[in-house]
Amino acid sequence: MLLNGKLITHKNIAGDYYLMEFKSHELAEAAGPGQFVHVKCGSTNDPLLRRPISIHKADKDKGIIALLYRVAGKGTRLLSLMEPGDLLDVMGPLGNGFQLPKPSEKVAVVAGGIGVAPLFFLVQLLVNAGNDVQMYIGARTSQDLLAVKDIKKLGVDVKLATDDGSAGYHGLVTDLLPEKLQKVDRIYTCGPFPMMKSVAYLANKYNVPAQVSLEEKMGCGVGACLACSCKIKINGESVYKRVCTEGPVFNAGEVDWEC
Amino acid sequence: MLKPNLAVDIGGIVMQNPVTTASGTFGFGREYSEYVSINELGALVVKGTTLYPRQGNAVPRIAETPAGVLNSIGLQNPGVDYLIEHYVPFFKSLQVPVIVNISGETVEEYAAVAEKLDKAGGVAGIEVNISCPNVKKGGMAFGSDPAMAAEVTKAVKSSTTIPVIIKLSPNVTDITKVAEAVAAAGADALSLINTLLGMAIDITTRRPVLGNVMGGLSGPAVKPVALRAVWQVYKAVELPIIGMGGISTAEDALEFILAGAAAVAVGTANFVNPRATIEVKQGIERYLIENGIKNINDLIGAAHGN
Repeated sequence: MLLNGKLITHKNIAGDYYLMEFKSHELAEAAGPGQFVHVKCGSTNDPLLRRPISIHKADKDKGIIALLYRVAGKGTRLLSLMEPGDLLDVMGPLGNGFQLPKPSEKVAVVAGGIGVAPLFFLVQLLVNAGNDVQMYIGARTSQDLLAVKDIKKLGVDVKLATDDGSAGYHGLVTDLLPEKLQKVDRIYTCGPFPMMKSVAYLANKYNVPAQVSLEEKMGCGVGACLACSCKIKINGESVYKRVCTEGPVFNAGEVDWEC
Repeated sequence: MLKPNLAVDIGGIVMQNPVTTASGTFGFGREYSEYVSINELGALVVKGTTLYPRQGNAVPRIAETPAGVLNSIGLQNPGVDYLIEHYVPFFKSLQVPVIVNISGETVEEYAAVAEKLDKAGGVAGIEVNISCPNVKKGGMAFGSDPAMAAEVTKAVKSSTTIPVIIKLSPNVTDITKVAEAVAAAGADALSLINTLLGMAIDITTRRPVLGNVMGGLSGPAVKPVALRAVWQVYKAVELPIIGMGGISTAEDALEFILAGAAAVAVGTANFVNPRATIEVKQGIERYLIENGIKNINDLIGAAHGN
């Protein structure tokens, strides 16, 4: 759907990271974890294209959608200037989100940096469904560790890792995984490509199904322009699939990580 | 006032209004069905189709520039046989004409695709892409040489009875020379313009942004170039023109109509506003009513005077 959602709150939570909430009952009702909205940043022709931003929270009762995003360029910088009361021009919910596990399954969720944004929505649903969830969040510094308090509030155990050692384990979040992954039934991950590649490698090694959320420069968001392609293996052959419609969530085993 | 007449005739393709979609920006139509009722459009122009499936170019395939977009998709498509099997039934269910954009690496490939579409039915027009800047063979190479452009036109015309629209490239010294050549070769209508060849460089990586290095520029940035091309070609040949290049609003579309376009295609603007086609159509109708113009055809080329 295409709509204007009224901004309720919008704040700079750390560094370049912003948390925005806007009102839309229809969107909150329709949204699933791993899906995204396509947002018009600014009202002029520069920047021209919308920006795909994953859905961080969807409160069906209150009709509120939350977006957690990082200012990475001209578009998101303009977005960060919007104020409560302003109308946000959004398309969505778009894309194929995460497939939920059976309530009896033990789940590991691995986030890197801003990749935690769509995973919060997922973890919330997993907790409500009664899944046993173990969360891992990695980032460059303690300042880049996002949504940790919110996730802990859900009663989920969170393991942290930072590149500079300013919080949690000093090193890659994927270093924490090997022994744990052998005991889970399913893995979900979103973050930098090399991190997801490592998670996919470990998931394959321990034979645990994993879902990854990919990212690519996007045009239309609805599968028409074929800009946001990623390489997916089908019957051993690598073919282009659209991140916006066949994805952004794919099974880790199908992704061509060597592309 | 009564509703004005919006219907136009593009080389035998009757459109209930002059607004259509630019190939490659609207998929096969269904992708936008949540936002646009396709039956309200004048026609639907679908993604470029080739004889064999094409994987397309390496990513990134898209880069933003001020008021524009560079793309290097590389004609990714499932091939004409797949299109006939999976999309033509949908085309047949529509009440508006569907125009299939075709491309090839050789003259024979263009002709073969046209012949297959002719047999399949459900296709009201064939738009021949001799202007894609993103493929190594064919594409723009045909469109930048009047003799080659004429040869492709003749080959396609002799392979089908469906009206044939030739899509011209702006990446030439004199677009009227190519327009004249394809008109003489039997084209029924012209589409102009395709994208402008361009590029962008990432100063952080110090490498080209696009995986394919160069790409085609579209969006509001190219509108003046497209409008100029329509103006020149309208004066040079008698054929109906589908004008495109940076059309986002009814005002943009009206400029193209006044320059000589009988129909207009909305392209990149669909990405920004998925309802752009419908809003352009409504705006044109409003303009006609407000200005007491009973028939859209009276506006075509009106800026040329006389």
